[in-house]
Amino acid sequence: MTPIIEFKDYTFKYRAQKEPTLRDINLSIYPGEKVLIVGPSGSGKSTIAHCINGLVPFSFAGESSGTLKVKGENPAKLGIFGMSKIAGTVLQDTNGQFIGLTVAEDIAFALENDMVPQEEMIDRVSQVADVVEVKTLLGHAPWELSGGQKQRVSMAGVMVDDVEILLFDEPLANLDPATGKRAIDLIDKISRNKKTTILIIEHRLEDALYRDVDRIVVVGEGRIVADEKPDRLLVGNVLKEQGIREPLYVTALKHAGCELTEESRPQHIETMRLEPYKELMQRWFQTVSYRKEKKEEKCVLSVKDLYFSYVEGNPVLQHIHFDIRKGEMVSIVGKNGAGKSTLAGIICGFMKPVRGSILLNGEDISEQSIKERGEKIGLVMQSPGQMISKPMIYEEVALGLAVRGVPEEEIKERVYRTLKICGLYPFRNWPVSALSYGQKKRVTIASILVMDPEIIILDEPTAGQDYRHYTEIMEFLKEINEKYGITILMITHDMHLMLEYTERAIVISDGHLLADDTPAKVLTDETIADKAYLKKTSLYDLAVKCGIGSPTEFVERFIHYESVHDEQKTGEGRARHGEDTDL
Amino acid sequence: MARILTYEEKDTWIHRLSGVTKLVFFLLWTMTSMLSYDTRVLLAMMLGSLVIYKMSKTEWKQVGTVLKFILFFLVINLIAIFLFSPYEGVGIYGTRSDLFHLFGNYWVTKEQLFYELNVMMKYVTIVPAVFMFVVTTNPSEFAASLNRIGISYNIGYSVAIALRYIPDVQDDFSKIRNAQEARGIEMSGKASFSSRIKNTAAIIFPLIFTSMDRIDVVSNAMELRGFGKHKKRTWYMGKKLKRADYVTLAVTVLLSALFLFITFHDGDRFYNPFV
Repeated sequence: MTPIIEFKDYTFKYRAQKEPTLRDINLSIYPGEKVLIVGPSGSGKSTIAHCINGLVPFSFAGESSGTLKVKGENPAKLGIFGMSKIAGTVLQDTNGQFIGLTVAEDIAFALENDMVPQEEMIDRVSQVADVVEVKTLLGHAPWELSGGQKQRVSMAGVMVDDVEILLFDEPLANLDPATGKRAIDLIDKISRNKKTTILIIEHRLEDALYRDVDRIVVVGEGRIVADEKPDRLLVGNVLKEQGIREPLYVTALKHAGCELTEESRPQHIETMRLEPYKELMQRWFQTVSYRKEKKEEKCVLSVKDLYFSYVEGNPVLQHIHFDIRKGEMVSIVGKNGAGKSTLAGIICGFMKPVRGSILLNGEDISEQSIKERGEKIGLVMQSPGQMISKPMIYEEVALGLAVRGVPEEEIKERVYRTLKICGLYPFRNWPVSALSYGQKKRVTIASILVMDPEIIILDEPTAGQDYRHYTEIMEFLKEINEKYGITILMITHDMHLMLEYTERAIVISDGHLLADDTPAKVLTDETIADKAYLKKTSLYDLAVKCGIGSPTEFVERFIHYESVHDEQKTGEGRARHGEDTDL
Repeated sequence: MARILTYEEKDTWIHRLSGVTKLVFFLLWTMTSMLSYDTRVLLAMMLGSLVIYKMSKTEWKQVGTVLKFILFFLVINLIAIFLFSPYEGVGIYGTRSDLFHLFGNYWVTKEQLFYELNVMMKYVTIVPAVFMFVVTTNPSEFAASLNRIGISYNIGYSVAIALRYIPDVQDDFSKIRNAQEARGIEMSGKASFSSRIKNTAAIIFPLIFTSMDRIDVVSNAMELRGFGKHKKRTWYMGKKLKRADYVTLAVTVLLSALFLFITFHDGDRFYNPFV
């Protein structure tokens, strides 16, 4: 069989860069295959997709050598338009990709551009809408849709062209875990029913492996470092070496000293053969020491019986109540649109609750303005671009103090101190634009930290970040939490984050407080996980299948074990990326 | 969210008309009423506009705020005309019938009042036509209509894209403003005017940068799906012209021609009751 995509000794260098982003790529993908491409940010995995859909070299100019054939054609000759008939791309930003004013128009967009007559368009749109299950939404505007629905519309928008290849660029990045699961399931259905060749680019390996894939291609520093069947890849160490997170159950098995074999089929925990490892796992569970230290600090923030609605009679939040103790690290989780961001907004004073109160150190802050609250409760937005407004790092960090009329000398001292805490001191006179994404994120955290807040709320601190950046950001937050006693609340739908870094999870579902418990308990409770659109952790299944009596305890011990081995982990990470002293 | 001047789906014959028809009607009707100062024509057109507005079942809440705003400007405009050119009417109609003396050089004349009445009638003719067009034309169809009357689809589509992303940009704006306010950048009335102007930069720059990122994504997404491939494109939401459209178009063209004829047949676009 001839491959539908074939890279031969392919090297590509962006015009703006010194070094090639892809080097000597040799990769063949056959019709009907479903391939997962993983790799850390900047490894070149997205560039591979751009080469296939023609964005390279047409939108992103550069030089290439070697050959690339997609269905016998050279994308660099055929152009973006020509390639769009063969390969459809679903971008990571599904809101940005939504071009039409309604679902139907967005799906029809490619057909309109191809001058397909109206009657035929209406037929084809309705057919493809059926496939991705958005038929009832055809007349809806984008702001009436959830993230998952938008993604399905994006899929329909490229499938309407009867493409033979579908490229998914980080399809899971903006979805809550349950919606992500559904997306992977839908992709799998399309692959099986339509025999479409599918390439998924993703660094969230465990979630992407929810359904079978034929092969996993690991990209590292512009080269293909592995191209293997999932079962085989998971038993080896390539993933860890490349800074990609293995599925948690695989990590747990490896921690316990199990020699994983391909024959045990580790691709899915549900179907994995665990008999050979049962005993080892049980023994490991017993030996991993775990003692829970309870800090009894005073309560800094308490939310009491909070109600909120935009329109009367249509409550967004109902009867929300919880206490946050000083120095805690707490995650606020729940599906997209459950009311998490609204809750943060109310705490910061952007919106007024209909009923209920918020106490800061026992004092009611209902009457305080946004600015007054901002001195004690800092908010860090999801993307640094949404906050940074000054060209220089120093000015940006100093902004909050400058507008409060703090004397120049004091500003300087406090900014320098904060920059040192954040590891940005050497860059104090740099322009913000010279920084990497992770560093910019630090600048935004520094600009909040400089005001000495008691609480920092972070909205999706790690969204769209690969494992290395994720670790860097989270370790930094952990450090300011532990060393400086700053209370941290994080809105997230990253379950790893909540398990590994927070002591408590506040679960919001459809405007109600569904649970307020340890992440390990939340993620091992099927009812809670289902209702909040979370996903039960695979560690739970592992524990149950290995006959470990208390799965929650198992998860807690695993996390503890991991955090003890953290030092090692981050140490390795830093060494590996030696020249790139990013954060 | 306040939904001012937005399309609302209703079942009236006006809603059922194609966007092209409504666009042509709107353009011809507005043009004619702007050209004509013939009071009889303006009166007929004004009544026509009001009837059409009524038939479109437009509700007060859809247009109320904007209407108040326009009325305010209308009043300002009428006063300004009088202040800057109190004898405009006298000049036009060639007679002077004083009503009463105001102050200084300002006399209120019948001619001036009549002239300003004509100006007001133009407003009352055009405004309902604008409202009717905006609230009965599906924005998706609007781009198709522009394209149909010969405007390049690139322009038509940029209008549609703007409509699509305005809510997103508004959303970004309020998020950024909130976050900056929490950092202490006061945007409310508490801050002085000059510092508010300065503080705007703290919101505008992040807004521009996030919008530019968005533009990047959108233009790639559009290109990946073949936008701009051909000289023409078809429209999913385009409405075919039906009999009602042809009838409406014909009536519009005939009426406009008739009105313009009445206005200009004596070589003067003013109707003069004073001679």
